[in-house]
Amino acid sequence: MAFSARYLRRRLLNGFNLGVSVLATVFGLFWLGWLMWTLVSRGLRWIGPSLFTQSTPPPAAAGGGIANAIVGSLLITLVGVVVGTPIGILAATWLAEFGRHSRIAAVIRFVNDILLSAPSIVIGVFVYAVVVARFGHFSGWSGGLALAIIMLPVVLRTTEDMLILVPDQLREAAAALGAPQWRVVVTVVYRASLGGILTGVMLGIARISGETAPLLFTALNNQFWSSDMSRPMANLPVMIFQFAMSPYDNWQHLAWAAALLITLAILALSLIARILIRANAFVK
Amino acid sequence: MRSPGGKSAIENPKLSINQLNFYYGRFQALRDINMDIAERQVTAFIGPSGCGKSTLLRALNRIYGLYPDQRATGAIMLDGRNILDRDQDLNYLRAKIGMVFQKPTPFPMSVFENIAFGVRLYERLSRMKMQERVEWALRKAALWEEVKDKLHQGGTRLSGGQQQRLCIARAIAVKPEIMLLDEPASALDPLSTLKIEELIAELKTDYTIVIVTHNMQQAARVSDYTAFMYLGSLVEYADTSTLFTNPARKQTEDYITGRYG
Repeated sequence: MAFSARYLRRRLLNGFNLGVSVLATVFGLFWLGWLMWTLVSRGLRWIGPSLFTQSTPPPAAAGGGIANAIVGSLLITLVGVVVGTPIGILAATWLAEFGRHSRIAAVIRFVNDILLSAPSIVIGVFVYAVVVARFGHFSGWSGGLALAIIMLPVVLRTTEDMLILVPDQLREAAAALGAPQWRVVVTVVYRASLGGILTGVMLGIARISGETAPLLFTALNNQFWSSDMSRPMANLPVMIFQFAMSPYDNWQHLAWAAALLITLAILALSLIARILIRANAFVK
Repeated sequence: MRSPGGKSAIENPKLSINQLNFYYGRFQALRDINMDIAERQVTAFIGPSGCGKSTLLRALNRIYGLYPDQRATGAIMLDGRNILDRDQDLNYLRAKIGMVFQKPTPFPMSVFENIAFGVRLYERLSRMKMQERVEWALRKAALWEEVKDKLHQGGTRLSGGQQQRLCIARAIAVKPEIMLLDEPASALDPLSTLKIEELIAELKTDYTIVIVTHNMQQAARVSDYTAFMYLGSLVEYADTSTLFTNPARKQTEDYITGRYG
């Protein structure tokens, strides 16, 4: 059987489109690879034990680490997660399970999408005006609050999407046994979408752990070791921002090391999130 | 005992449906249904797709109430009460009227927990008693021998036929009075279907059973009474042998002989 002209044309078109897709993928991966290579080649040699044990040094001094920034980032992020996650999950539960088709749910979804795409610097300025200006000083708490506001819409959106993926038949089956709705949600729907919800939380953490702008207005920075959340607090993003722009070699080296560290941490979180997705039977 | 009317020679009915109308939003899916459901007998609803047989079944435990745009008018009497009343406790009603769906729906938990879930809603049992109850329900559903060594494995890891019997066991464990089966065997292979049909025959001694089926042979095999529905109306309702051998309506005859038009 001879190939018709039509068939040949379709094969040609297919080959062309496939080629373009591959090129686009390579283009994207190229920049990612370059970025990773730069980070590793410039940052890896400065990662050593002292990085995790010593606080940020003065300019042009020998030694020093970023222990204060690591701990500060962990604490501020923890506050963001602890505040943002439950609100996000509860709001998503209401949207998906109780008010799914109501008008107010549509409004909430719309507002949440706006919040999701709001520039993070706006949220930083907002928390500055509402908290920092009122108390008269920068603080770790206000940083955590800013991160919580950024995390909330991420968790809300992914959780709602995951809950909606749970088939209605499962809800019907639980309700048909005489289970009240809250019980259906807590024991059956949550369990069926656990991996997906955790993934949303992981993605939220990944998103906020690199945020710089909101922390500039809230937690600011601290040269010294501090675990007092009511004072200004060191954190990796602002530290990188400050040190990378400084003229001092030792600060720039620490900035590279911190940049590599934070990237690896987010990479690890994303990997964990992906593994969790795969482990979840209902979100294949 | 023939419809229209459907009010019949059924003595001592378990459920009595009067002037039932059902709506999905503005679409009327059931029109003036009147029928009695016999206690401890198997009643089958048959008819072409979209005739309303599943809708009618879903009205009997008010599971449609999960969806705000669905509503029913009329009366369904159970033990002297209209279950369509606004103040009917829906969770209690559904504990009394079990339901098994077309697609097996094991919960994302172990076989044991799948069954204990419903029991725990209304009873506080000791560990021992709960284990007894789970075994009893699994035996009733003819599944015990196959799963007794995997009680703590995930329910979703069983085969399709086993999953469906797990769902039946789950419904039995709550000790309902009525069981609603919505095409329980349509997604199963012939052997699993056979097992489910044998099960229905056994369950009849304790429970009132209503089954929706696409399969007329199945209705003929398992049921005592059969209702033929078409376009949201109850066309004919009679004891199964009469309906299949000597239908009163031409529509019924056309459908059961395959000359469906």
